[in-house]
Amino acid sequence: MTELAPVLSAIWDQDKSWKRDTYVKSGGYSALKKALGMEPNDLVQMVKDSGLRGRGGAGFPTGMKWGFLPPDDGGPRYLVVNADESEPGTCKDIPLMMANPNVLIEGVAITSYAIGCNHAFIYLRGEVVHVYRRLLQAVREAYEAGDLGKNIHGSGFDLDVTVHAGAGAYICGEETALLDSLEGRRGQPRLKPPFPAVAGLYARPTVVNNVESVASVPAIVNNGVDWFTDMGTERSKGHGLFSLSGHVERPGQYEAPLGITLRELLEMAGGMRGGKKLKFWTPGGSSTPIFTDEHLDTPLDYESVGAAGSMLGTRALQIFDETTCVVRAVTRWTEFYKHESCGKCTPCREGTFWLTQILKRLEAGKGTDADIQQLLDTCDSIAGRSFCALGDGATSSIVSSVKLFREEYERHVTEGACPFDHAASALFDYSSEPTTEEAHA
Amino acid sequence: MTYDESTLKQLLADAEEIRGRYPVERSALLPMLHLVQSVDGYVSPDGIQFCAEQLGLTAAEVSAVATFYTQYKRRPNGEFQVGVCTNTLCAVMGGDEIWKRVSERCGVGHDETTADGKISLERLECNAACDFAPVMMVNWEFFDNMTPETALQLVDDILDGKPVKPSRGPDAVPTFKEVSRVLAGFEDGRADQGPAAGEPTLAGLQSAKDQGWKPAKGGAK
Repeated sequence: MTELAPVLSAIWDQDKSWKRDTYVKSGGYSALKKALGMEPNDLVQMVKDSGLRGRGGAGFPTGMKWGFLPPDDGGPRYLVVNADESEPGTCKDIPLMMANPNVLIEGVAITSYAIGCNHAFIYLRGEVVHVYRRLLQAVREAYEAGDLGKNIHGSGFDLDVTVHAGAGAYICGEETALLDSLEGRRGQPRLKPPFPAVAGLYARPTVVNNVESVASVPAIVNNGVDWFTDMGTERSKGHGLFSLSGHVERPGQYEAPLGITLRELLEMAGGMRGGKKLKFWTPGGSSTPIFTDEHLDTPLDYESVGAAGSMLGTRALQIFDETTCVVRAVTRWTEFYKHESCGKCTPCREGTFWLTQILKRLEAGKGTDADIQQLLDTCDSIAGRSFCALGDGATSSIVSSVKLFREEYERHVTEGACPFDHAASALFDYSSEPTTEEAHA
Repeated sequence: MTYDESTLKQLLADAEEIRGRYPVERSALLPMLHLVQSVDGYVSPDGIQFCAEQLGLTAAEVSAVATFYTQYKRRPNGEFQVGVCTNTLCAVMGGDEIWKRVSERCGVGHDETTADGKISLERLECNAACDFAPVMMVNWEFFDNMTPETALQLVDDILDGKPVKPSRGPDAVPTFKEVSRVLAGFEDGRADQGPAAGEPTLAGLQSAKDQGWKPAKGGAK
């Protein structure tokens, strides 16, 4: 049995856990002081040795990303924290920053010192005002305590941190779109190369890291590489937040070593809602191919999930039981991608539109057998043909669900209607029959 | 522009502060658009002109940015932006039914505003609170674990002019204009209100404590 490992979540249940004082009492900001006494290169090496990989979805080694910055040329270099958490199912960074924004600020300070950055940015999605309030306060308190600003703790190191609110666009979670947005433009992805390490924010060397990645740095500095590598699997080291949502008894955030399985997590979460049967789930958000109960024992690390045909992504485990119509679920995700496609690349912009048309027809029982093949063909015309991964993500749930549940798509065609009672999937009782509502207010 | 003297004076002071946060001033555009929404309740033609003049851009360049992002409103917005998440997980857990009832009660559809200007209604995309599904947001404050009954009570209270309290957020939801000012990067003194976390946020931590588990005492090898 794998044990949970609350590191980032350890103080979330304390009184006013978001306050600087609370954080400092539990050892907060001690890693920054330790880091400032080290050589920046040694910090980069430490994070490389820890094996920490990007927690925002792609899983790229964090220390290696830091190491890609070209040698100092005397000009500015930037750290940009990606706090634009918007992938359907993903709900870890927002509660982290609401409950303890200070661990992120400390991580930002250490990371900035390590890479030689004097002005860091946190790009937060705009639709979470209370999280923004707490980040703004945490940054102000850090300045007041001398953890940010000029000559931090007498080290000679200067750092300014700006917390920037976005304005509602999923695509800004893509790192180059995020940079364009932060520059005051429409958030559309850039063609790579050049990568942000070479030409990022304002065309200067830039590291873009996810919230959880940066927030994981202080504990590594404090506890050491061995402590971190003791957790996880051979190539997926350390702890991570696993976000369980959907038809489970106790949904929520479960911080565990990478490599834990859904079977173990489900047991901790009290099992499936009402003892119903697991039908399908996403291992890492809506952009990752879906799994079924055959994957209950797949270790949730980058390699094992990849080998099983999906991606660990953001560890956003959306759990759906046997009452759920997979065609309905996939249609809704696809509508999301259509809505959020930035429009820059034709395959994604036009393709997600057509996918939505076909899926809505199928879901309503008005599709044909040929539509199912057309879906797959259209996915072929999208995947791998755009600047960024949004279009690829749009095809993931479609291709995987047709593979695993083709018969259910066909039933929508042969029965001429959705065979499921949507009310049975809801958390509350209601009749699926149309109701006559009271007069409008 | 038609801003009166005192409004313009405040806008100029705020714009100056926003510009000071960035090494390159165009980066100030997104917060500045939030700022003009905090005054006008939407991105007005005046607001676009103001941002353009402040940042040395054309009005067309500012509009091009403003129309890209869903939080910038092109028509006068309701005092309360009410969103029901109808992305897959929330929809399946009951969000579709909540949306239907709320929309019927308000008498408006997606991206429409009630005649009294109280509520602008919206079908939300995922707001990163899936473990609290079904979720609603009012002016971007969290209302967790909603049912049709709690949802209707919420919109009734808003329509009646009563204060509403989010599950995780300030003691009462501020107006759209007030919240827009926060999004422009100005603190409003409400950061210490509300809880640190909801029950699902603490589910794993609680489970670990019950079992006496601590990090790096084993783990999945």
